[in-house]
Amino acid sequence: MVPLDYYLILGAVIFAIGVIGVLVRRNLIVVLMSIELMLNAVNLTFVAFSRYLGSMQGQVIVFFVMAVAAAEAVIGLAIVISVFRHRRSLDPQEMQLLKW
Amino acid sequence: MDASAILFYVISALLVLASLMVVFLRNVVHCALALVVALFLIAILFVMLHAPMVGVLQVLVYAGAIMVLFLFVIMFLNPTASEPRPKLWWGFGSLAALLLAASLAALLSNGGAPADPVAATEIFGSPETLAKSLFTDFVLPFEITSVLLLVAIIGAVVLAKREP
Repeated sequence: MVPLDYYLILGAVIFAIGVIGVLVRRNLIVVLMSIELMLNAVNLTFVAFSRYLGSMQGQVIVFFVMAVAAAEAVIGLAIVISVFRHRRSLDPQEMQLLKW
Repeated sequence: MDASAILFYVISALLVLASLMVVFLRNVVHCALALVVALFLIAILFVMLHAPMVGVLQVLVYAGAIMVLFLFVIMFLNPTASEPRPKLWWGFGSLAALLLAASLAALLSNGGAPADPVAATEIFGSPETLAKSLFTDFVLPFEITSVLLLVAIIGAVVLAKREP
């Protein structure tokens, strides 16, 4: 069995890759997918702690994170569809109606 | 080095590769398929960590429902315009993420973490124990989650409805 640290470092690396996607990609759908990747990195950390500390609470919280992620994906994609109808573009740089 | 450690190394290498493909591939459909692979690999890690119920939910909810939704929206919108390639952005974003990964890894693996897991009992992570925990200690968050899902359904219908 590998030590807990390895799972935590793997989670941190996956989270950072998701952050790169959110920061540099200029396609709203890929940004949403990168957010899903970050949520999954956190889930992995939760489950690893749950296993190594022998507590079920981590797995229960992963259950809630999945529900929130599903709601987030649904609302996010609905907003993407709505934006695409108005602007014919998926570039987040062009969404600047509220920019000061 | 035993078999489970080798399996962990192979899966984590594939997982990092699939995540990089999600972020760096140009074609959005390829990104989505790489994300499906990454989610499956995380589900395998869940099963290795004695969380079979969470692993099954991961495959059903994430790799099943959410990714079908993503692919449906990609094919529905069919975005043809290719993204520009801003070189400077990639540098800044990668640097920020690298710093974040280093600090997170340093913080998380800060000594204190137990190296060996608690001896798992037969029922640890089974659906019964998960459900018992969910319906005794976490009843209120569970009910709030159901309200959240209702709000998400209504919000999605209102947002994506064609305007009259």
